[in-house]
Amino acid sequence: ISLLPLQYDLSASTFSPDGRVFQVEYAMKAVENSSTAIGIRCKDGVVFGVEKLVLSKLYEEGSNKRIFNIDRHVGMAVAGLLADARSLSEVSREEASNFRSNYGHDIPLKHLADRVAMYVHAYTLYSAVRPFGCSFILGSYDEDDGPQLYMVDPSGISHGYWGCAIGKAKQAAKTEIEKLQMKEMTCRELVKEVAKIIYIVHDEVKDKAFELELSWVGEVTKGRHELVPKDIKEEAEKYAKVSNCPSDENLDKVCPSSCYICP
Amino acid sequence: MCGLLPGVLQLRSSFKMAAALQFPANVSTLNTYNDLYPDWTQREVSTGTTIMAVEFEGGVVIGADSRTTTGAYIANRVTDKLTPIHERIFCCRSGSAADTQAIADAVTYQLGFHSIELDEAPLVQTAASLFREMCYRYREELMAGIIVAGWDPRRGGQVYTVPVGGMMTRQPVSVGGSGSSYIYGYVDSNYRAGMSKEECLKFTAEALALAMERDGSSGGVVRLAVISEQGVERQAILGNQLPKFSTV
Repeated sequence: ISLLPLQYDLSASTFSPDGRVFQVEYAMKAVENSSTAIGIRCKDGVVFGVEKLVLSKLYEEGSNKRIFNIDRHVGMAVAGLLADARSLSEVSREEASNFRSNYGHDIPLKHLADRVAMYVHAYTLYSAVRPFGCSFILGSYDEDDGPQLYMVDPSGISHGYWGCAIGKAKQAAKTEIEKLQMKEMTCRELVKEVAKIIYIVHDEVKDKAFELELSWVGEVTKGRHELVPKDIKEEAEKYAKVSNCPSDENLDKVCPSSCYICP
Repeated sequence: MCGLLPGVLQLRSSFKMAAALQFPANVSTLNTYNDLYPDWTQREVSTGTTIMAVEFEGGVVIGADSRTTTGAYIANRVTDKLTPIHERIFCCRSGSAADTQAIADAVTYQLGFHSIELDEAPLVQTAASLFREMCYRYREELMAGIIVAGWDPRRGGQVYTVPVGGMMTRQPVSVGGSGSSYIYGYVDSNYRAGMSKEECLKFTAEALALAMERDGSSGGVVRLAVISEQGVERQAILGNQLPKFSTV
């Protein structure tokens, strides 16, 4: 077993003696350095939540979006190198558009996930290119298939999920997601839970300011992927802050998030 | 860079009218009567035709006549114009026999590939879209009027018509081919929504029989097929058993 990568990690076209492709594993590490994104599928739709770390106070609010629209009915939340993710979102859009152009109807999400995963995988085969340093979650809703959720990672594998998390706090987020009974929830209930999970996994000490990006697609949006409307988002954030606030336990403690919701 | 897998068969215009007949030098290609050379040596093979498809609850009924002509000569009097594209999707062909066969072959390939990729039965709408893409893109070179009909698990029985020019629309009942002109009145007055499978079969057979009676380019036997969740049932109504209307 080679614990030291030595010279087996310089290109994606080299296996290590113990059968690993280090470049792909390094790409997954790049995803783990990024802030968390989660996607959860419920009874009647899919909700995405992204913890978007704000690195500078000078950034315009809402810039550097991490949730993309791939087609009317498909949304994509990303974690990892944002430039790589943007490039893949263009690839996904082209796939969805070509499918519609050839076959006359919306692309089924499983097919889109397979096609983009195949593309990502291709970049893990050659030494001339590097693997994509991002994972992404695709979600859609249509009347026939219902809500669908797929996640693709830098190795080019795609799986279908009821709930998944990517990024630095994915373990903690997964634990929280597993506590939910998502199969019985509606989108409106789920939006609040997703916001709550993002607030829970956000590390107040290491990363200070963050913006919450929330989007959904489901019966509530009639099958269109959209950012959650401002009023519903505010309500969800309020619920998240109140659930997280430790000041109930210790009335002397000052509210850490300074949201002034609790009296 | 590693491109995406090809989705659409790239067609060259090699299926222009295959009937580029070799004429002797003294034969004119204008429509003039010449004793030396029969009419059919100068004409392309056409599925003169009457075709029809009707939706009912649980499936579709499709029907066609069986006459293929080259000019006034009947090249095939027992043609099968109901062509399978997939297990539960058929197309009814009218217009140039060569063009419609070539298009149907290409779409059968594309749809089969698509169905394997998706790992589920293809939608009738997808088949119709594929026909439409081809018929519209090559509309200048083609002469094809096609009715696509079938059953899929999502939307049940559906009929889509793709006439000459390459438009596509869904209709509960559709007729096509040269003989269709004679039966629009019959179809408009006798079609009712919510007919049963047997009523649709009778309706289709009678409409086709009327068209075959009046259109010189349609005739032979009536070929019928019922496509539903259970599969495809085919039948043919032969000359003496055709519905009769006129007593004169």
